[in-house]
Amino acid sequence: MTQSSNLTRRDFVNIVVGAVGTVIVVSVGVPAVAYVLGPGLKVSKSEAWIPVGKVESFPVGVPTLVTFTRTTVNGWERTTNSYGVYVTKPESGDIYVLSNVCTHLACRVTWKEDLAEYDCPCHEAVFDIEGLVVSGPPPKPLVRYATKIEEDTLYIQL
Amino acid sequence: MASKVYNWFNERLGLSGIYDTVLDRKMPKVNWFFTLGSASLFLFTMQALTGIFLTVYYVPTPDLAYDSIQYIMTGAPFGWLIRGMHHWGATLMVITVFLHMLRTFYFAAYKYPRELTWVTGVVLLLSTLGMGFTGYLLPWNQKAYWATTVGTAIPGTVPVIGPLITQILRGGADLSGVTLARFFSVHIWVLPAVILALIGVHLYMVIRLGISGIPKKDD
Repeated sequence: MTQSSNLTRRDFVNIVVGAVGTVIVVSVGVPAVAYVLGPGLKVSKSEAWIPVGKVESFPVGVPTLVTFTRTTVNGWERTTNSYGVYVTKPESGDIYVLSNVCTHLACRVTWKEDLAEYDCPCHEAVFDIEGLVVSGPPPKPLVRYATKIEEDTLYIQL
Repeated sequence: MASKVYNWFNERLGLSGIYDTVLDRKMPKVNWFFTLGSASLFLFTMQALTGIFLTVYYVPTPDLAYDSIQYIMTGAPFGWLIRGMHHWGATLMVITVFLHMLRTFYFAAYKYPRELTWVTGVVLLLSTLGMGFTGYLLPWNQKAYWATTVGTAIPGTVPVIGPLITQILRGGADLSGVTLARFFSVHIWVLPAVILALIGVHLYMVIRLGISGIPKKDD
């Protein structure tokens, strides 16, 4: 033992215990916090492009209903949702796709060819061919999905 | 400042008294075998904490138990670490508690006046084994299912009441979602409560009676 050392045995032990303890707390604490918060901080975004059919298969000027199901995985849970979209190929201009979910209370609207409008069975809402509100309670027009065409196939993004 | 805060609390809570009683007790000269009890206590604390964290995502139903553990292992950040600690900590705890029992036995530390410490210790060891048995089913994989099928069939060989014991353990004739739910309940509520209470009694007696030293030749 050297006399010049100012560090007592007790101080040394305290420092070592403190340092090792800090390393342990950090190396366990950080994963613990990440474990609990991780799924909550994950931003869910659907980037998938969903094929809805060949462009030439849709008639010109008449909205066509396309239905499909999508399965999403949330944690350990698989949820299958069914979707209905109306594809409209106007005589001039770009093809567009509307959701068939009414923006009022989420009933499903149907295209009435004889009236040339979308009718909602629940509260008599009426939308025009472009999804704009004609009459009734809906606060917004029908949702329009982003579209792209690749190799003659129409894709939408939900 | 820090000492002022400490003094304020100490005056009201008697912290230094707790410290003197619990940590500054008189001790015989002992060796490393005498750390096994503290090691067991540490492992129990770790199992409790990691277990609480696992219940954040684990779901005790036949449909989802396996999937939720897959999620813990691959989806949740550091889930593999939390479950790994719980998994290996469980094995280590059984070993440590068992060695603690062996040390007490071979050093004759169970004798007067420490018989009750020994008795509570035995129940603690059995509860630890019970934790291992009930926890093994929870992953709900093939190994878990068949290990518990065999494990619950063993008491069935007891004369007369054996089949009834098996039925009660399984909550029916066969292993099912009922078995999973009751094993989960026992694993996270019943046995932890028993262990916690008995650790309290066990430690109270260790502090009250002190520990016995290493027996000498003429003891």
